[in-house]
Amino acid sequence: MNSPESLEFSYFPGCSIATTAMESNYSLMQSCHILGIHLQELEDWNCCGSSSAYSLDPELGFNLSARNLSLAPPDRPLLVMCPRCLHHLRHTHLDMQQDPHIRRAQERRWGRPIPPDLEIIHFLEALVRFGLGNLKKGAARSLNGLKFVPYYGCTLFRPPALQRQKYYQAEMENILAALEGKPVHGAYNYRCCGSFLSAVRPETVTSLVNEIIGSAVAAGADCLVTSCAMCQLNLEVRCTATRKLPIFHFSEILALALGAKDYEDWFTRHLVDPRPLLEDLGLIGPPLLPRVP
Amino acid sequence: MSQPQSPTKTSEVVIISEVDRYFAREVNRRSHTDLNRCYQCRSCGNGCPFVESMDYPPYGVIRLVQYGLRQKALECATIWICVSCHTCSSQCPNAIDIAAIMDTLRSLALEERAAIAAPDILAFHLEVLRSIERYGRTHKLGIMLRHKLLTGQWFKDVDVGLRMLSRRKLDLMPSRVKAVNEINRLFLPYWRVKPR
Ligand code: SF4
Ligand code: SF4
Repeated sequence: MNSPESLEFSYFPGCSIATTAMESNYSLMQSCHILGIHLQELEDWNCCGSSSAYSLDPELGFNLSARNLSLAPPDRPLLVMCPRCLHHLRHTHLDMQQDPHIRRAQERRWGRPIPPDLEIIHFLEALVRFGLGNLKKGAARSLNGLKFVPYYGCTLFRPPALQRQKYYQAEMENILAALEGKPVHGAYNYRCCGSFLSAVRPETVTSLVNEIIGSAVAAGADCLVTSCAMCQLNLEVRCTATRKLPIFHFSEILALALGAKDYEDWFTRHLVDPRPLLEDLGLIGPPLLPRVP
Repeated sequence: MSQPQSPTKTSEVVIISEVDRYFAREVNRRSHTDLNRCYQCRSCGNGCPFVESMDYPPYGVIRLVQYGLRQKALECATIWICVSCHTCSSQCPNAIDIAAIMDTLRSLALEERAAIAAPDILAFHLEVLRSIERYGRTHKLGIMLRHKLLTGQWFKDVDVGLRMLSRRKLDLMPSRVKAVNEINRLFLPYWRVKPR
């Protein structure tokens, strides 16, 4: 990333980021603003299909993803925040690359061209390109040895069709370690968070989530950091263990290290209040107003 | 860990004249993967985080398909429990897209009106699709409320719902796609779509 143009991205937030996980969106915007990364929200984007469309009708999921691609400007990479949306959009795009007939059919359907060489990347990949050195230069505070579990859930497990694609998603610990956080190993970093079963079969997901959090506690972590908003929600909502840990969106910790100031707005939206931990480490100041328990 | 039994382990009798010899071929074609490569090493069963809630482990479902036991495969609970996390396929030595097989079996079960082993999960997915059809996006609060109303499980989970609401995790106003007719069209057969 040498030329300034290459910091221009179109941006696909996805439904969870636009609703239940607004704090992830805010902190991402802050981080990008500080780093000079310019995000242009994809005009009139729609749901990528989420698990449900692919579960009941894979063709519907494909069409929904394809519409998003028909909205993407060809001259800049499409940056995606949610790892699941990323898989769906990439998979759809790959199918259209491999078979131009499929692409043409979709172009006819939407009456818009679909850029065949569109690059679709995750936010973490944008940061890797930005460079750890540059990131460190932009940091306003040290993370003071915050002990975190980099929790990936299933986000790194890809369907076989995508296994040969280039991915830079396993970078949370490198980036946060560069900002002086301390990654903790030995927890269930890759155990799935339960996905939609959290809404339908809470008991199943509760025992799974308790195992994950328990493993993080046993490994000596103070918190978990995740790149997926659904993981963040499930780990918070479904934990019934007595010792709960704060669960951060990756973008929140990044924005904090980069010196963002509006963190109260994000942290009040958490179900497990992360502020006492961050105060103890001197990462945020004391509260301005007394807290409602 | 208490894993469900593989169909190959039970003493169930498979009546050859009743099996569907074309089933595996059909599933392969629709899921774009090759389940004949499965040699029942069972890695997928060890990796799957939800195997304890399933009636057949993932390799068991593949076995059902290999044996042509159509009805058993379409009526099992496993295909509904599977969340497509791909933990299994990342551990499969033959790179079989197991989640795609589950997707295919689920679609077939719906098309053929097979008995649904997990109606609660189907109801949830239908709610999500309703939200996509109406707004072009998924709208968490609407989905949760309607799902609870339909399945009568709201009170079971009322605590979490209220906690999420109080932290404004569930937004009240759905954001919607402007060109929502483009989305609606996807839910109609092509001969019902009005010309542009
Ligand atoms: S891991 Fe692959 S080869 Fe082994 S049993 Fe499962 S599907 Fe079959
Ligand atoms: S994709 Fe389905 S079968 Fe495979 S590990 Fe995940 S839940 Fe289990």
